[in-house]
Amino acid sequence: MANVFIYPTTSLILSDLVARFGHKPLSAALQVREIIQTPGIESPPLQITPEDPKKGLRWAAVEVPSGVRGRMAIYGPLLDRAEAAIIVNNAEYSFGCMGCARTNELLTFLIRKKGIPVLDLEYPTTEEEGVEFVAAIRQFLDSLGGGGS
Amino acid sequence: MSRVRIAQLSCGPEYSGVQKEINEAAAAVDADIFFPDMKLADIRKSYSDFGLDIRSPDLKLAIARAKALVEGRVEADAVFIATCFRCAEAAIVRNELRRYIHEHSRLPVVSYSFTERTTAGTLLTRMEALTTIARRRALLAREVQEGLTMGVDSGSSTTKAVVMKDNRIIGSGWLPTTGVIRSADEAVDQALSAAGVTRGEIQAVGTTGYGRFLVGEHLKADLVQEELTVNSKGAVYLADAQHGPSTVIDIGGMDNKAISVQDGIPGTFTMGGICAGASGRFLEMTAKRLGVDITELGPLAMKGLSQKVPMNSYCIVFGTQSLVNALAAGSTPEDVAAAACHSVAEQVFEQQLQEVDIKEPVIMVGGTSLIQGLVKAMGDLLQTQITVPPYSQYIGAVGSALLASGFIRRE
Repeated sequence: MANVFIYPTTSLILSDLVARFGHKPLSAALQVREIIQTPGIESPPLQITPEDPKKGLRWAAVEVPSGVRGRMAIYGPLLDRAEAAIIVNNAEYSFGCMGCARTNELLTFLIRKKGIPVLDLEYPTTEEEGVEFVAAIRQFLDSLGGGGS
Repeated sequence: MSRVRIAQLSCGPEYSGVQKEINEAAAAVDADIFFPDMKLADIRKSYSDFGLDIRSPDLKLAIARAKALVEGRVEADAVFIATCFRCAEAAIVRNELRRYIHEHSRLPVVSYSFTERTTAGTLLTRMEALTTIARRRALLAREVQEGLTMGVDSGSSTTKAVVMKDNRIIGSGWLPTTGVIRSADEAVDQALSAAGVTRGEIQAVGTTGYGRFLVGEHLKADLVQEELTVNSKGAVYLADAQHGPSTVIDIGGMDNKAISVQDGIPGTFTMGGICAGASGRFLEMTAKRLGVDITELGPLAMKGLSQKVPMNSYCIVFGTQSLVNALAAGSTPEDVAAAACHSVAEQVFEQQLQEVDIKEPVIMVGGTSLIQGLVKAMGDLLQTQITVPPYSQYIGAVGSALLASGFIRRE
């Protein structure tokens, strides 16, 4: 069973697919256990304190906006544990959405830089593409070994 | 007093850990922050209609929320726009949304770029101004001072007081702020003495400035009000520009204000206080280094050419160093004074005036408006004739006295 980082990390569908095919999804839900309000589009946690952007300095310099560093304080530790990753590009908001484009760029860059197996996919727009999308994910997860559907 | 509902349009405050600070600042002025509910379909449509092609979904959500407010699909009393400091994409959205809301609605709006170090205290004056505009439109509509009233402006550098009677200033007092209450008492004594009236005859008192709460309590003031709305009111009153648009610039000892005013009521405003190099304090230091009184700096600067002295630092320490170097290299005090004025004007122009729509007349107020070199430098940068009204250094006190007359109890 591999630790599979998913992007968008808020995607419940992607998280479910990874778990269903026998691997451990590294998703925002793991980090964000207590969502009490929804100021932003990705239902972020309000229990974040000003200390979190400082923790984010491990992944982004101080000149990077505090919102990016605060986000990296959540997603960075997941990235550290990742043994594989699935990146879905241009996903619909309802599939999973992360509010800050700059964080998203940094995060996907760091995933690719890590040298782990990465599946890069475009979000499907037709039913046919949807079937291929799920098949590609299944094939990728099978190739990681140790899983079991 | 009814609670004011402030719609928040933002990207990043929750992840910066400052959402709590925003909520606290709002709560301190009896306001509630809320996030307009949106449907995903609305976000796509609104964002597309708005036409600004940006990438961050939270900024797209902010655009959709702004459209919902302007189109009346969501009701609010005021709008607070907040995005991360140093994010270029967010700065563009923040600026355009502020302009869009200002142009298409009557909602007061303030924007702020935060870091994880932003505190409720930093946001308080802005929130107070926002709620005042929403809550006290009737009070701010006052155009004539009536009766015998007094206004006290307890600023970070100086304390000012004026006594007004039947729409005229009849006495004023001014001194550097040392002890907040002691300085206020002295300024009040000066103003009362000049006016030839006693404290007991004053029918209503208003206070503003950093020490407004303390001084307000001490003087049992009828009106305790932040300086953004009060200074706007005082500026348009003294400049005789109470109707139509105007822009008020106040370069203070500790922070600067740029306020876009419509019919005497602030629409959008910025308040900067991060860099001392863009403040009146820098000009004080320059005057001290040149061995002249601050009142002589302006005339001195008028005789110099700022271009002759290289000044490219935004920091008060390095800025002063540039001046010292220039003097050591043989620059004249006139040129150095002009360069210091230009530097402050340029920083205010670059850092703050970009965030409000400059509409004429441009009115400069506060103590620094008496430094002609600074007014000229600002006029050159804005390519307009700057108005400096009479009593411009007493602007907060005049605004307070004017607004306080709304509290005179009628027999």
